[in-house]
Amino acid sequence: MHEYDPALAERLREKADWVWQETLRIHQRAPETRVASSLSPVEIFVTLYYGGFLRQNPADPRWHERDRCIISKGHGSLCMYPILADLGYFPASELERVCLEGSFLGAIPDPVIPGYETINGSLGHGIGVGAGMALALKRRAMDQKVYVVCGDGELHEGANWEAFMFAAQHQLDNLIVLVDNNQICMLGATDSIVSHRDLRAKLTAFGWQVQVVDQGHSCECIAQALATSQRANNGVPQAVIFNTRKGNGVPGLENAPLSHVTPIAPNVLAQLLEAKR
Amino acid sequence: MKALPEPLKARRAMRDTLLAAILTAMEDGDVFFVTADFGSPVLDLIRERYPQRFINVGIAEQNLINVSAGLALEGFKVFAYAIAPFITMRCFEQIRVNLALLSSVRPMNVSLIGVGAGYSYVVSGPTHQCYEDLTLMRSLPNMQVFSPADQITAELLARACLTRPGIKYLRLDAQVVRPLYEPELHNLNDGFKVHGNSHELCLVATGFMTHTALKAAAHLAKLGLNLSVIDLFDLTHFDTNALLEHLRTARRIVSLEEGFQGCGGLDSLLFNLLSRHAVTAPFLNIGVAPHYRFELGDRQTLHEQVGIGLHTVIEKIQRFCPALPS
Repeated sequence: MHEYDPALAERLREKADWVWQETLRIHQRAPETRVASSLSPVEIFVTLYYGGFLRQNPADPRWHERDRCIISKGHGSLCMYPILADLGYFPASELERVCLEGSFLGAIPDPVIPGYETINGSLGHGIGVGAGMALALKRRAMDQKVYVVCGDGELHEGANWEAFMFAAQHQLDNLIVLVDNNQICMLGATDSIVSHRDLRAKLTAFGWQVQVVDQGHSCECIAQALATSQRANNGVPQAVIFNTRKGNGVPGLENAPLSHVTPIAPNVLAQLLEAKR
Repeated sequence: MKALPEPLKARRAMRDTLLAAILTAMEDGDVFFVTADFGSPVLDLIRERYPQRFINVGIAEQNLINVSAGLALEGFKVFAYAIAPFITMRCFEQIRVNLALLSSVRPMNVSLIGVGAGYSYVVSGPTHQCYEDLTLMRSLPNMQVFSPADQITAELLARACLTRPGIKYLRLDAQVVRPLYEPELHNLNDGFKVHGNSHELCLVATGFMTHTALKAAAHLAKLGLNLSVIDLFDLTHFDTNALLEHLRTARRIVSLEEGFQGCGGLDSLLFNLLSRHAVTAPFLNIGVAPHYRFELGDRQTLHEQVGIGLHTVIEKIQRFCPALPS
């Protein structure tokens, strides 16, 4: 089990900064990628993949003993490309070819990419499939966890709520749903479209144990919440709602209601990356 | 192992024989059964004997598919069970994404069992009746589609599902039908069974309509027209050459299905096959007139109304063969 380590927290912060830059660089080369929704979960993924939470084997992505991580908000996970390359799932040179002919790294990831478990270009599928995997692991008496990273917007899909009920019924405490709660859909604020109102209360009412992390870009806070979820083992499925900012760190994009498919202007991108040098 | 209760042996529907085969198969710890709150007496035995590998997801077909996919990704052989229109249409995108697409890159064994082919839920109206499922399931790459005509075929298919990898859809009739085959003599390999050896007219049917086809053939034989009837129970992996061998010798070809006519079902399958292989015999497709209807009546009455009843089929075939006395 994970132990909190201040030195690790600092390394995670540095790694998150690097992943943020790499994500912008990929977007610079492939402007058709959805960058805003890929910047809100950077720290969540960095903490999960570098923080010692996920049992993984990049040399064998389908390793039987791995913890499963389903990236349900597939379109908003461009930041996973540098992470997976850095960890050795595939050569870093592939990052130069995102969206190019012959590449396996598209604008929306598919499980032809080493490290991706399932298909999540279409939203609202991850939690149900994750519940099935979590049930299977329980029945096989394996202690592996199933993480599902989803967005708040995709929770509009009703199939999620079928799965939330199911997971609670079957006491799937090995299922951990991480909500990248950037609170913005394609056409504006989630609250202005169909509000989840009190998402924590809603998930609690569905039988889940829920944590809310207000500082959803703090690796330290994320790590603490993940450690709590991992330790649960109490017959209750686990959810963590991370309050994040869509387009985090990019002026004009951050928290902009219509940022979903907005590319970052080339000059802004260049300035942002230059400032990091 | 306790034998099946006697009442279940007597008049058995397709789902009864299929579930009995699955009950036996559940002895293998890798088999999982998932239902969307849809039952049967045999299912009670599965639930009772294998509570760890029987799950009722409730009235939630989207989750039925997603959970089945998750279980299959972890190596379980999964049977997912629900009423035919619900298991194919309520959750079509889950089937497309998490079964058809995903099975392109991941080994999976998931068999969808849909009960209630065509009009077999006679008085339940168009929500429970199912005329679109073969079209939809056929449209998905990787999906193996089966439409058995009797209990014996259904039972053998259940066993075959365990050894054939991939994703499958089995369309079962909800009513008890007459058994057509002897289990020992029934070979699934070709994907079809031929009844009769006439070259005058070949009537290709699937599922329940195989029974109508055989009755029509018996009637028309008395009028001097000898038909051969083909029961095509495997709509995706039948032996193309073997089927073409029969179709090439026929002077006329008719398709008969309990699904919408001209909308991508059995008739489209045959039309494409015949065109691709330059089989030029005149072809008539008989299927359900593509309208939703709310009339009540017994199945035969409903079939006559929508153009697939025995009398209608006989008339259509007589018109298709003008030399015949009517």
